[in-house]
Amino acid sequence: MSTATLYDKVWELHRVADLPGGGTQLFIGLHLIHEVTSPQAFAALKDLGLGVRHPERTVATVDHIVPTLSQARPFADPLAEEMLATLERNCSEHGIRLHGLGSGRQGIVHVIAPELGLTQPGMTVACGDSHTSTHGAFGAIAFGIGTSQVRDVLASQSLAMGKLKVRRLWVEGRLQPGVYAKDLVLHVIRTLGVKGGVGYAYEFAGPAIEALSMEERMTLCNMAIEGGARCGYVNPDAVTFDYLRGRPHAPSGAAWDQAVAWWSSLASGPEAVFDDEVRFDASTIAPTITWGITPGQGIGVDETVPTLEQTEPDERPIAEEAYRYMDLQPGSPIAGTPVDVCFIGSCTNGRLSDLQAAAAVARGRRVAEGIKAFVVPGSEQVAAAAEAEGLDRIFLEAGFEWRQPGCSMCLAMNPDRLEGRQISASSSNRNFKGRQGSASGRTLLMSPAMVAAAAIHGRVTDVRELLASA
Amino acid sequence: MVFSAPSSTPFPSGAITAVSGTTVVVRGDDIDTDRIIPARFLKCVTFDALGPAAFADDRAELAQDPAGPHPFDRPEHQGASILLVNRNFGCGSSREHAPQALMRWGIRAVVGESFAEIFHGNCLALGIPCLIAAHDTMLDLQASLTASAVGCLDLERLQFVAALADGERSWSLELAEGPRSMFLSGQWDATGQLLAQDQALINTAARLPYLRSFAA
Ligand code: SF4
Repeated sequence: MSTATLYDKVWELHRVADLPGGGTQLFIGLHLIHEVTSPQAFAALKDLGLGVRHPERTVATVDHIVPTLSQARPFADPLAEEMLATLERNCSEHGIRLHGLGSGRQGIVHVIAPELGLTQPGMTVACGDSHTSTHGAFGAIAFGIGTSQVRDVLASQSLAMGKLKVRRLWVEGRLQPGVYAKDLVLHVIRTLGVKGGVGYAYEFAGPAIEALSMEERMTLCNMAIEGGARCGYVNPDAVTFDYLRGRPHAPSGAAWDQAVAWWSSLASGPEAVFDDEVRFDASTIAPTITWGITPGQGIGVDETVPTLEQTEPDERPIAEEAYRYMDLQPGSPIAGTPVDVCFIGSCTNGRLSDLQAAAAVARGRRVAEGIKAFVVPGSEQVAAAAEAEGLDRIFLEAGFEWRQPGCSMCLAMNPDRLEGRQISASSSNRNFKGRQGSASGRTLLMSPAMVAAAAIHGRVTDVRELLASA
Repeated sequence: MVFSAPSSTPFPSGAITAVSGTTVVVRGDDIDTDRIIPARFLKCVTFDALGPAAFADDRAELAQDPAGPHPFDRPEHQGASILLVNRNFGCGSSREHAPQALMRWGIRAVVGESFAEIFHGNCLALGIPCLIAAHDTMLDLQASLTASAVGCLDLERLQFVAALADGERSWSLELAEGPRSMFLSGQWDATGQLLAQDQALINTAARLPYLRSFAA
């Protein structure tokens, strides 16, 4: 059993009671809501005659269904319009802050909460979206919840939960040029499997993790859930504090020093005991890309699609299903696979540094003939910062579309979607069958720089070649 | 034993020791959540409208079929509160829409040969017991109850008792001890349990530095 890890300390601080049913009641420090998983929860509150226990600890934005071409109201899709109008009504009825379209602060929920300084070390963070693990980058314990749990958090600012085990993923070395946090996390999931983390919280630690920026740490923790770990986190350090300083909701003045002292005290120290540990070496990781229909079906861009013989016996049925669905031949190189659509964005890779990395590849080049390539900033703040640097011009001149912020083709609840059997190079987080809006559409997950490289050549390309010749 | 059909059926709350009412049989193995509530109904802002959409596609298909209409469309099953199904009922998506649709149509308990795990858990969270009947028991139940017989699902004794034309009959059922005690004690209602601890919640909040602006 783990002791004295950040997870243990934060869990203990937020433990309200042990419930008769066996679970633990955990206080939720920050509840993030959006238009897709909250309306039924608000309706359930009404059915029960309940209100919102801590509206000031609840923050809303709109991201999943917003169109990225024109965000004029009312939306062209009446169902999307109704979802947003319902969120607006629920927030105003219950006194909840909503960062709406055009507020300057709207964006994907997992992008805006960090950039506003809402997410802080030592908090418990819950949101009705599985990629809530993102917030663990700050040393918060953050996890996705279902609609009935959204109702519970609204009603009681707490949740019934079971404690997870804690696995330390110790990463030595440094990521090489052209290799990013996305490649690291795809490598971790490829190694430990999509169910490898079930029942665990992942603590990412070691020299390679300490060297990551906050945005890179967010990419890493974002996909902990794709490896089965309900939450992933990084211990707070000077990088965390530098990021938070001066953000709108970060403490200031005398409170800042108190906060830093408290945050620092939460990190897993030398006395921490983990349930287990797995070690990685960042310096040996290549740009990594998925070839199949789960995020665990990843390979280095210089590798070949694994054959059945190279696949663990219990992974073979899903591998065979993936060969058929993706129409890829086992044993053939993944580099050179033609793509149709290139998507840069999402809560995994829609932040400023992601757009900078992609723009560095796109600069002075042209998107290949017949390829649809588009960039969707993760938030209005990311869009503004990118435009201030002229990244939008670089993308537009290269033939990419520059869109307005939202989840977009990560899950295609808005008009951005694959058609038919189109294959996408995507910086998002899920390559499930049909995920990007077409029941037969196909997805290759990779870093934003790799997506840009795929757009330029019209096929899967090792981004290191383009960076070398820039 | 007194049987009465529910006149109006409020949503489940508190301890649930028995569910009584008329039954509706939906036959077939592996009935997935997309059949219980087709995916196009998921883009919605409340679960309110899901009741009439339960089994929408199956019902539309059977409406044109000599074998139809679907049991949910037969007059004798209107107002039914106990659903009788077969194997692996509720497989597919994890979303709560499927049990919500059934609950809003009027279902308050399901008896089947087996259930998909997540569906079972989602029903538990709504206060809808899913009880297991052995294969032969289920076939007998489904054959005996096609008419609109009123029955009572007894969670204490784990049996289904029905008043049939030729007298009262009972069938024994299974339910794991965990969920059974949660229904009997009312602990299936997570919200209620959480709200019961409000003082402990206040105490917890009071010791969190970030809720006190980090004041010492
Ligand atoms: S970008 Fe994708 S994964 Fe992230 S919150 Fe939006 S839909 Fe969910």
